[in-house]
Amino acid sequence: MVETLTATPVRHDTKNGKAAAKPPRRKRQLLPYLLLVPAILLELLIHIGPMIVGVIISFYHLTQLYLANWRHAPAAGLDNYRVALNVNGAAGKALLHSFTVTLTYTVLVLGFSWLLGMTAAVLTQRAFRGRAIVRTLFLLPFALPIFASVITWNFMGQRDTGVINHVLVDQLHTQTTRPFWLIGPNSFPMLVAVTIWRTWPFAFLIISAGLQSIPDELYEAATLDGAGVMAQIRRVTLPLLAPVNRVLFVVLFLWTFNDFTTPYTLFGDTPPVQADLISLHIYTTSFTTWNFGTGSAMSVVLLLFLLLVTGIYLIVTNRRSDNA
Amino acid sequence: MREPMSLRWTRRVVLVVLGIFTLVPIYIMITSSLKPLKDVQGTFTWWPSTVTFQPFREMWKTIPLAHYFVNSLVVSTASSIASVVIALLAAYSLSRYRFRGRQAFSVTVLSTQMFPGILFLLPLFVIFVNISKVIGINLYGSRLGLTITFMTFTLPFAIWMLTGYLDSIPRALDEAAMVDGAGPLGALFRVVVPAAIPGIVAVAIYAFMTAWGEVLFASVMTDQSTRTLAVGLRGYVTQNDVYWNQIMAASLTVSIPIVAAFLLLQRFMVSGMTAGAVK
Amino acid sequence: MRLSKIATATAMALVLAPLAACSSSSSSSAGSTGSTSSSGGASASGATGDPMADKGQTLTYWASNQGTSLENDKAVLQPELDKFKAQTGITVNVEVVPWSDLLNRVLAATTSGQGPDVVNIGNTWSASVQATGAFLPFDDAAMAKIGGKDKFLAGSLSATGATGQPPTAVPIYSLAYGLYYNKKQFAAAGITAPPATWDEFTADAKKLTTASHWALALEGGSKTENIHSAFMLSQQQGGSFFDAAGKATFDTPQNVAAIKQYVDFMQTDKIVNPSDGQYSKGTDALKDFATGVTSMVFWQAASGSLKNFGMNDADIGVAPIPLPATMPAGGKKITSMVAGINLGVFKNTKYQDAALKFVNFMTSTDEQMILNKTYGSLPSIQSAYTDPAFQTPNVTVFKDILANSAAPMPPVPAESQFETLVGTAMTNFMAEAATGKTVTADEIHQALAAAQAQVTS
Repeated sequence: MVETLTATPVRHDTKNGKAAAKPPRRKRQLLPYLLLVPAILLELLIHIGPMIVGVIISFYHLTQLYLANWRHAPAAGLDNYRVALNVNGAAGKALLHSFTVTLTYTVLVLGFSWLLGMTAAVLTQRAFRGRAIVRTLFLLPFALPIFASVITWNFMGQRDTGVINHVLVDQLHTQTTRPFWLIGPNSFPMLVAVTIWRTWPFAFLIISAGLQSIPDELYEAATLDGAGVMAQIRRVTLPLLAPVNRVLFVVLFLWTFNDFTTPYTLFGDTPPVQADLISLHIYTTSFTTWNFGTGSAMSVVLLLFLLLVTGIYLIVTNRRSDNA
Repeated sequence: MREPMSLRWTRRVVLVVLGIFTLVPIYIMITSSLKPLKDVQGTFTWWPSTVTFQPFREMWKTIPLAHYFVNSLVVSTASSIASVVIALLAAYSLSRYRFRGRQAFSVTVLSTQMFPGILFLLPLFVIFVNISKVIGINLYGSRLGLTITFMTFTLPFAIWMLTGYLDSIPRALDEAAMVDGAGPLGALFRVVVPAAIPGIVAVAIYAFMTAWGEVLFASVMTDQSTRTLAVGLRGYVTQNDVYWNQIMAASLTVSIPIVAAFLLLQRFMVSGMTAGAVK
Repeated sequence: MRLSKIATATAMALVLAPLAACSSSSSSSAGSTGSTSSSGGASASGATGDPMADKGQTLTYWASNQGTSLENDKAVLQPELDKFKAQTGITVNVEVVPWSDLLNRVLAATTSGQGPDVVNIGNTWSASVQATGAFLPFDDAAMAKIGGKDKFLAGSLSATGATGQPPTAVPIYSLAYGLYYNKKQFAAAGITAPPATWDEFTADAKKLTTASHWALALEGGSKTENIHSAFMLSQQQGGSFFDAAGKATFDTPQNVAAIKQYVDFMQTDKIVNPSDGQYSKGTDALKDFATGVTSMVFWQAASGSLKNFGMNDADIGVAPIPLPATMPAGGKKITSMVAGINLGVFKNTKYQDAALKFVNFMTSTDEQMILNKTYGSLPSIQSAYTDPAFQTPNVTVFKDILANSAAPMPPVPAESQFETLVGTAMTNFMAEAATGKTVTADEIHQALAAAQAQVTS
């Protein structure tokens, strides 16, 4: 059976509440905290601590002048935030641009990865000869280490020696001049394509698993009602896949929005403006220009945005589970 | 049940197109690794002018590939195992107990995995440096430090996923164990862990894979002796030449163990990742 | 109750911050006492003292990638380090750091105070690195220990940090830009001498460019190559990217003209293959030249690499990069930036004497001959030029450029920001030109103004 169950610990709260209401003995109540101790210590060290330090740095003019004794960096007040958020200034405009690029990138990658994953999952749902091989092949891009596959794409996108132009120009003659794929306007679709190539197999994997848990009787019932393939997908598959999709989208969002490895491996530390993703943008702004205060302020702004996203996600999932 | 002809043809066409999209880069990786250097530097050819295994021999000499390999293996394994163990304890607590602060902790974990690594890079670096100054444990540039750094992304994900997975294991199981006289920890290790193996394996693979491919932290937090593959492969792009054939050979070589492990364990991956949503 | 939990967490996290602060203050004072005590010891045993005085000490040395690969560099350096050990009893552990990581690593070492004892830096970083205060300044006392200021080429010594301050690192490999041209292709096109002015250059280049051949190769996707050319061309225009007070002056008409001139090689003159817009690995343009794909390239002394690529020695010609036919007002006859690698010592090294001995060793006549010959660079000290390898016509051209028409990149702390910001802008222009868009002077002006606004003074 498919249950609309518990993608997150928070929703789980409402669901298993009854079981927990059974009064546990006092002594036991220490145990849950003890079990959390290692996780809490590490969270403090690797997340909470750095976050606080990051927020502190964002209020200082931390440049190369103060790196050796950063304790003496002059206070900046809100200067760094003014620089980062002033969309009329050069830095603010670039940050906003990068943010827009990243959002577009995320939406496209999520949308296409889901669409391809869904299509492939539906088409391989029923057994046919060679199905196992097809599924394995489809999973390969996800299994490859990111840097290995992105380097390959970089090689493929070379203007004079890459396979993309070889096919488009030399073999199909669709273009008269050889287009560029790693600089200029084409770099963005290139980046999106590379990421989709890498992530759609994951969508395929998860959706396939979700489909397997939908009982055949539901489809049979729908067929008896005279529903065609598309109608079955609309009325049976999609509603029952909703919880799976929710998890899928959260995971894909995390991977895509914060992606650093893909653009960095594809473009190096000077990404084309058209494909200037935010992680790499902040890296360039703060590391290669020795301007850590501004970099930290940008990070904090990004953090606030992501907190907002998390909050919306929690509210939405909580409301759904209340309705369930 | 007979399939309509149209569906069968749609399936064939779509799967072939997807298959080409999927396989072309992999094909390029494999054939390029078998090409002599002049082939990968000139106009693209679908097949090597002469098939050579030279790149596979030379790649070990151009950079200390074996050394990087060991580093990646050690750090990825360590961060994967540590994340799973710590996350398992936390997930058990979150899944089986109701206590004050539980929700706050869950929300924190969920939020922290949303944040991009770039946010933590400089602060973490500063903290590491100061830890080593205060208590003398050298974290910056060491494998231990890199392991801990990798846990910034592996740990929250592991906690989140495992909590979902443990929720899907009926409480009746551990209650039965406790009736038999096991304590809560006994119940965890004797009953819950065996039942959660798919989830644990899935999380471990995921953690291992992300650590294996991480570039941002690894480029700042390592030195020559602790450099990982993901960063070390850049060594093939040297001042005088770009050894595309060796890059492809090395990429292929370092991919094989990961791909093999993933394909062997993928059924765990599926059930582990989706347990929270599907049961 | 939940609040108190959060409060506890915050409190625990906050513990880290003061701890961090204390430790940093204690360590910085420890660092300074360390350096005074060791320099006290230094006076007892100078370079002239007992060579084995620092026997048993171990130095960590970060070398930059000068050879064909990291492994190759190690193979080149190790025998020299062994020699040093035989002479002084000091062990040097070398790590070759790729260029892509070097600045980050130096940065990290500066922040943490945990770094190598001796490090190679790109000489253009000198002023930026100097501003961190993490490097040992080569004042008169330190200079005396490495053989004195006068042994170095004055040109190379000009790119070692802010004017009027002691060098932050001393030159070990010197380089300059020249115009490499293919003698055979020039002769075939009926060109008898390399161009001396930009007008001649364009005329020759157009003669050399055919449907299947390009006259010039540029590393258009490389920030550093772009910025070096922009600097040189701007000097010729009488421009400057920083004023005397160190304030950024990016968007002057001269700078705009310089960058426009560079972009126009591809955009207007069409003597550069648009493909060069994505050349960023630091090898592509040189390779095109070496393999005869182009007839010219602006490059730093590279005879070794050219031979590696299989170019015939007899075909390689070098001349200074051209100048304007009539110099604009205030224009300087500059044809290259002072390029090269400097060797610096971290201030908080425990073995300052040993480190200085090592610097002395690396800048000695013998080592300068051996290393520069191997790497195809020029010695940074006068006495090494007696080696016949540095007296060939091509090397002499570079030596003259370095001596007469090279200027150091702006010696200001914001130099690395300048390289990144303006270099990135130029990379984007090259990408636009390559993909068929038109880059106007107006656009260049706006981008430079935007870059200028981001420089922190």
